[in-house]
Amino acid sequence: MPKGMVVIDKDRCKGCGLCVETCPFGVLVISPEFNRYGYNVATMGAPEKCTGCGMCAQMCPDAALDVYRAVKEGV
Amino acid sequence: MKVLLRGNEAMAEAAIRAGCRCYFCYPITPQGELVEYMARHLPRHGGVFLQAESEVAAINMVYGAAAAGVRTMTSSSSPGISLKMEGISYLAGARLPAVIVNVMRAGPGLGNIAPAQGDYFQATKGGGHGDYRLIVLAPSTVQEAAELVMLAFDLSDRYRVPAMILADGMLGQMMEPVELPEPIPPGRIPPKPWALTGAKDRAPNVVSSFDLDPYRFREILRALWAVYREIERNEVRWEEYATEDAELVLVAYGTMGRICRTVVRRARKEGLRVGLFRPISLWPFPYAPLRRLAERVPVLLTVELSAGQMWEDVRLAVEGRAKTPFYGELGGVVPTPEEILSEVKKHVRG
Amino acid sequence: MSVVETKVPAGFVPVYTRPKSLSDKRFTYCPGCHHGIITRLVAEAIDELGIQERTVGVAPVGCAVFLYEFFRCDFAQAAHGRACAVATGIKRANPDLIVFTYQGDGDLAAIGTAETIHAANRGENITVIFVNNQIYGMTGGEMAPTTLPGMRTVTTPEGRDVRTTGYPLRISEMLAQLDGPTYITRQAVFDVRHVQMARKAILKAFRNQLEGKGFSLVEVVAACPTNLRIPPAEGNRWVKEQALKYFPLGDLKVRD
Repeated sequence: MPKGMVVIDKDRCKGCGLCVETCPFGVLVISPEFNRYGYNVATMGAPEKCTGCGMCAQMCPDAALDVYRAVKEGV
Repeated sequence: MKVLLRGNEAMAEAAIRAGCRCYFCYPITPQGELVEYMARHLPRHGGVFLQAESEVAAINMVYGAAAAGVRTMTSSSSPGISLKMEGISYLAGARLPAVIVNVMRAGPGLGNIAPAQGDYFQATKGGGHGDYRLIVLAPSTVQEAAELVMLAFDLSDRYRVPAMILADGMLGQMMEPVELPEPIPPGRIPPKPWALTGAKDRAPNVVSSFDLDPYRFREILRALWAVYREIERNEVRWEEYATEDAELVLVAYGTMGRICRTVVRRARKEGLRVGLFRPISLWPFPYAPLRRLAERVPVLLTVELSAGQMWEDVRLAVEGRAKTPFYGELGGVVPTPEEILSEVKKHVRG
Repeated sequence: MSVVETKVPAGFVPVYTRPKSLSDKRFTYCPGCHHGIITRLVAEAIDELGIQERTVGVAPVGCAVFLYEFFRCDFAQAAHGRACAVATGIKRANPDLIVFTYQGDGDLAAIGTAETIHAANRGENITVIFVNNQIYGMTGGEMAPTTLPGMRTVTTPEGRDVRTTGYPLRISEMLAQLDGPTYITRQAVFDVRHVQMARKAILKAFRNQLEGKGFSLVEVVAACPTNLRIPPAEGNRWVKEQALKYFPLGDLKVRD
C-alpha cells in the first residue's frame, strides 16, 4: 500500500506540469487524456511512489490537488 | 431658529444631519469652507473625515465607504469634479448611493475661481464614460442648498443612484440665515442588504460594475434604466414664479435663478409681464412642465452662466412651441439684473 | 461542477485540501500562472485565521479581475489602480472588517502608484497583495513599470530600453522608506520552499491587520509564462534567474 495519494480535480487541472516538475519521486505525469476544457491533465503515473508529502499541491496554481497520507498501522 | 451660514457650511452641516458618516475630500476653491467645516464637525459626530491625495482617490474612497453601506459624500469644484468622473461612472455602474457636491467655477481648464455654470452637460448627461445618469439638484439659496443635500442622500439611497448637488461659487461663498433641517431620525436610512458587511450567514455580496457577457450586461443596464425612468416619473422638481399671465418667462437655475427672480420683480414694477421658471432637478429635467408653459407663453428666455448648456434641454422641452432666445455670460462674469432686464426688453413691449 | 476522479480509500488522512474560503469556481488564470498559487495562499491565510465571514476583498483590473468569483467573501470591484483607495473607504467605514486588495504591477505600480503610496503612508490598516509579474498580462503582454531591462514585450519589441522607458520600479523599496507602513516584504513562489515563505508572509500581513498594526504589503515576484512565451516550468526558472536580479527577496520593513 502506498504511503500517500494525490486526488486530482481533473476539471480544474490545466496541465501546466508544475506538480510534475515539483514532485521529488516522479509520481505525477501529464496524461494524454483531455478534460472537458481541452487540457491534458495530471495523473498519478507511479502511485506506489507517493509519500503524501504535499509538495505538488503547494505548487498547484489551480488548487486542483488534494493530498492524503496513509495512517500508520497500529496508530 | 435661524443661523447665519455660508452655502458651503450649510451643505456640510446638512450632510451631517442627513447621517453622512464618511466624507472624503481634496482641497479646491471655491468649496474650501465645506472641507473645513467637515474637518471640524464630522469627527464629533463619530464620522470619518479624510483628506485624500487626489480627487481620484477621494471618489474611490467614497466608492469603498458606500459599498460598506455607510452614507458618504465628497465635494469639489469643476476641475476636481472632472477628476472624479471615473469614480462617479463606477459608482453609477455598481449602483452605489453617494452624494457629490460640485461648487462650480469657470472653465475649461484651470479657468478661474469665479462662479459659473459650465458643468451642466457634465453633470446631467453623464460626464464619465458609459450609459448612466446622476440625480442632479441645483439650489438657488443657502436654505435650499441645505434642504437639497438632505434630499440628495434620501433619493440616492432610495434608488441606489449617485446624486450630485450642482451649486456654484457664489452660492458656496454667500452667507444667509438658514433654518437648518432637523437631523434624520434613526431608521430613516433604508436597510442595505447588498452592502459589504462580511459574508456571515449569507452568500457573498459583490459590488461591481463589471460583466463580460454583453447579454447579461444589457439586462443589468435595462434594469438601471428602468430605475432612471422611475426617477423621471417621481422626482422632477421645479419652481414657477409669476408665470400665470407672463408674456416672457426666464428659465434659469441656481444662482442665475436667484438673480432672475430679482429681474422679474423689477420688470413687474415697470409693467412688464415677466415670470420665472426655475428647474430644481436638472436631471430629471422638468421637460413636461416647461412644455406646458410653452403652450401659453410666447417667449422663454434662458439665462445661464455658460454659453448655453441647459438651453439645449429647454429647446428639447419646448420643441418650437415658443421662441427660445438665450442670454449667457462667460468666464465667471455674473450679469447684473439690469443687464438681464435690458435683454428681456428686446423680446417684450411694456 | 468539479468531478473528483478518485475516492479516498479508508486508512488515509488529508495532508492538503483545497481551502474552504475558495468558491467552486475554476480560476481563470492561464496554465502555470503564479497568480493561481498566490490566490490560493490568500485563501489559506483567511482559512487559518478563521476570518472568512468578516473579510472583504478588493478586486483589481487585470488578470485577477474575477477574483471576487474565486472567494466565498464579500468583494468590491475597483477601478484600475484605485484598490487601495477603495479599501481605505471600506475599512474606515467599518473597521471591524478585514480588508485586502490584490493587485498586479500595472494596477498597483503604474496607474495606482499614488493611491498605493498614500494608503501606505497613512498606515491604513489594510493588507495589500502585490503580484509583480513584470508585464500587463490581461491586455496582451505590454511593458509594465516592473518590466526588466532588455525584456521583450509587445510594446518593447526590441526589449525594454531604459534610456527611453526607464528602469524597473521597485515599489517595495520605495514604500519601505516611509514611516507609515508596518510590514513590507518581497516574496516569490517559484518553488515549494518559497511558496511556504510567501504563505507565512501573507499570513503575517493579515494577522497584522487583525492586531490593528497598520499597512502591510506582500509583493510576490511572479511569472507570466503565457506572455513570456515559455512553458510554465521555465517560468519558475525565469523568476529565479532573471527577475530576482532586479527584485531581491526578503523583508524590507518590519515594525512589530
